[in-house]
Amino acid sequence: MAGNQPGARPRSPHLQVYKWTPAMAVSIFHRVSGDGLAIVGGLMFLWWLGALAAGPDAYAAFVACVWHDPSPEIGTFHQVTNILGKVVVIGLTWAFFQHLFSGLRHFVLDTGAGYELKTNKLWSILIFVGAIAATVAVWLTVFAEALNG
Amino acid sequence: MGNGTRLGRVRGLGSSHHGSHHWIQQRLTALGNILLVTWFVVSMFRLPLTDHAAVLRWASNPSVALALILMVASVFWHLRLGLQVMIEDYVHGEATRILSLVLLNFYAIGGAAYGIFAIVRIALAPAAGLAPGGM
Repeated sequence: MAGNQPGARPRSPHLQVYKWTPAMAVSIFHRVSGDGLAIVGGLMFLWWLGALAAGPDAYAAFVACVWHDPSPEIGTFHQVTNILGKVVVIGLTWAFFQHLFSGLRHFVLDTGAGYELKTNKLWSILIFVGAIAATVAVWLTVFAEALNG
Repeated sequence: MGNGTRLGRVRGLGSSHHGSHHWIQQRLTALGNILLVTWFVVSMFRLPLTDHAAVLRWASNPSVALALILMVASVFWHLRLGLQVMIEDYVHGEATRILSLVLLNFYAIGGAAYGIFAIVRIALAPAAGLAPGGM
């Protein structure tokens, strides 16, 4: 080992080195969706709740910023935040389903079941498919109702 | 190091029989979240969310307010545990890690207190004879 510089030492394999597998991806996305819900979801929830408690004007201001500004002369700021808000809220819906389904998978794994290679791979893929399908289904329903009603 | 007292084992970074505490709490709050957050998300999609009066009427119902408070407690406890693990894994350096954990505690406890107080305001404003936003 003599003469080896610290920089030349072997490094612990990291994301760039590993070959991606469904089980690895579902684990990473469990953390990503959880942290997203914890920070973005938590702050959005508190903002919404605070506006709801503060009264009709504050609530209308919240809705105008995050979802839809009904004023005929909508400013550039709200034009941007109305789009951004929908992206965030739909993203949070996906994160909710991803974290919920992935969390349920963890409960199964906690019992010691589901570690067979094929089973593990299958359920990892199904978590992703399920989360995307649930998100699409929910929002298609919402937007279909908005168009019809 | 030997097999000394529990304190001695902690000092030697050995087991003090609390290793599963974090893990168990994360699972227990996860169970609470499955019930409460699922109920909340379903409620959000059923409510006319742009209608302040309708949402307020829903939230000021005692059962709903109670469930909302339980959800805030369960969610902010769970997210504190989850974000703690992320900080411990990714934030290197003693000072920044400790600062991050302090900020996390401010967010988790402060956020939960803010949320619960807002729910109490909503639920008790009619009983106190106040208009929405009062109190």
